[in-house]
Amino acid sequence: MAESHDPRSVSSVAQVSDALRGNRYLPDDGLATAVYLALRLRRPLLLEGEPGVGKTEVARVLADWIGGPLLRIQCYEGIDVGQAVYEWDYARQLLYLRTAEATGAAGISESEALADELYDERFLVRRPLLEAIAHDSGPPPVLLIDEVDRADDEFEAFLLEVLADYSITIPEIGTFSAVDPPVVIVTSNRTRDVHDALKRRCLYHWVSHPEVAREVEIIKLHAPSVSERLAAQVAAAAAAVRQVGLYKPPGVSETIDWARALDLLGADELAVEQVEATFPTLLKYREDLERVQDHGLEALLAAARD
Amino acid sequence: MTVAAAVGFVESVRRGGIGVSLGSSRLFAEALAEIDLGNPDEVYWTARAVLLHRPEDIEVFNGLFAAYWCGVDSGLARRPPQESLPVVLALDDPEQIPTDGPDEDGNADDDSITVRYSTTETLARKDFADCSDEELAESRRLMEEILFMGPCRRSRRRVHSRRARGALDIRRTVRQALRSGGEPAEIARAVPGNQPRRLVLLLDVSGSMEPYARALIGFVHASVASRARVEAFALGTRLTRLTRELSQRDPDRALRAAALAVKDWSGGTRLGDGLGRFNDEWGCRGMARGATVVILSDGWDRGEPQEMEIQMQRLARVAHRVVWVNPLKASPGYAPLARAMAAALPFVDDFVEGHCLDSLRELAKLVLGGPDGR
Repeated sequence: MAESHDPRSVSSVAQVSDALRGNRYLPDDGLATAVYLALRLRRPLLLEGEPGVGKTEVARVLADWIGGPLLRIQCYEGIDVGQAVYEWDYARQLLYLRTAEATGAAGISESEALADELYDERFLVRRPLLEAIAHDSGPPPVLLIDEVDRADDEFEAFLLEVLADYSITIPEIGTFSAVDPPVVIVTSNRTRDVHDALKRRCLYHWVSHPEVAREVEIIKLHAPSVSERLAAQVAAAAAAVRQVGLYKPPGVSETIDWARALDLLGADELAVEQVEATFPTLLKYREDLERVQDHGLEALLAAARD
Repeated sequence: MTVAAAVGFVESVRRGGIGVSLGSSRLFAEALAEIDLGNPDEVYWTARAVLLHRPEDIEVFNGLFAAYWCGVDSGLARRPPQESLPVVLALDDPEQIPTDGPDEDGNADDDSITVRYSTTETLARKDFADCSDEELAESRRLMEEILFMGPCRRSRRRVHSRRARGALDIRRTVRQALRSGGEPAEIARAVPGNQPRRLVLLLDVSGSMEPYARALIGFVHASVASRARVEAFALGTRLTRLTRELSQRDPDRALRAAALAVKDWSGGTRLGDGLGRFNDEWGCRGMARGATVVILSDGWDRGEPQEMEIQMQRLARVAHRVVWVNPLKASPGYAPLARAMAAALPFVDDFVEGHCLDSLRELAKLVLGGPDGR
């Protein structure tokens, strides 16, 4: 990471857009504006959208550009403070206790003093959330809270508290407050509604599938060996496939995979045989494959070739 | 553009039916100070990032934005504010279902207080379709007393175990060791805790279900309002999510909000399509995963039974358990001949009746415990 940028000093939406492009991510105006505002106003950004549209990627790219660490929390049901914020290193604490006992260190009988020593920062294991808040040198970290819709309400409430004033209190030690608040990206696949209070705290952007022209660009960026012609046809076909009404409409990452697969087979345009051979990179359900076949694969490809 | 203009826009968004908190409107003002106000795109996206929180609202929002900043009235800026009249809901007259807003001045005669008399005993087994309005109101009140929630499953969150079982809880062990001067004399253990499964209720609101739907909506409301992890949808010619509307405690307001949200009360049924939409947009994405899904429907469907079969199969594959509540099942000589019903049955774990209070009580017991203790 040679370069780093101060995310608070961005001065225009265009600058953010360029920065993301420079790091191989092509945002639309809406996303660029939302990111710009999140950086300027120091607010978390909540990204919702279909799976595979590049929500998580935004955080990765931002971290690259800023030059700070990417701290990621993958949410799941039952995630708690021990996994997201901090934990004590119990094994070391126990060892310390035994050593103190064996060497007859002073004050061993005073459990107050012993507790103070045990609950010291050196026995503290920092998890991503605390790491992000306690970070105090270099470029600010990017905190990615991934798939927050999977976590339960209690965790969401806790998150809200932390994101409201960027500080965390650990009873035995005290309060950590962020010197330079982290850039926070929260993503959700919308399997349930994120709580209103959390939404109000965040800036919000609904990430949709890219329009064809942008998807062509994205494909060319991530799979440079794919010909212009093929990229355009792949993007057009993917857009058409999304209209068919599938269980799992393909996301951008699937389109890229598909273009790469076709390219490896030496394709320069969509031919039925090669498409059939490579379709599993695009469609992940047997029913979806059948659906597209029933819908008229040839016609769909012919339309995409134009 | 001035601050006043921004405030005016926030006001018009609120009037359009999209809730904007004070904090958000302040944030909007702050955000406007950061952007190039000469660029309409930037203003638009900024307004969206700050004021909009749900993709469902995008269309209305776009209409409001165009109307306010460009003077274009696309007719999208609708959704009149809801006045809060404590009106008893009268679902029995489809013409009266308020879809067009404030001129609906309440059904003055229904506004009177519902008479309660002790018919609890007779009501318990009385078919909802034969109930008078008063009896229905009373039934709905009694429904609130039914404990309807999903069964428990193992959670990843561990809880302290008093007995000597489970994995070592080192955190607690160290704490206890401190009390005995650093000697870990007692070993604390933890076992996985329990967590109720999500409960998803899909209520058929088509014409044929009408006599039951107006009673069952009360049941659905009671379940949604009283606990977390319950989701509710109305199935008709389209799918309407009702969780938000029904989560307010006051039954009158909640049912009123639900009636406003459902645009197709007593219309036709496209059960298969509705289920498909549920699967696509909510169910298979996660809401139905590991959940108990309860479908309240008589199984009459104008769509293709194949579609029904496909969608039920998808649902059954992700759900923990699918329960079908069919009020008609109680009628003597009933056989599931409706084509959609027949197509759905192979994927249903429990097929029960739901025509009266007692049958709902049994349903609640079944869902909570399960005959085989699942």
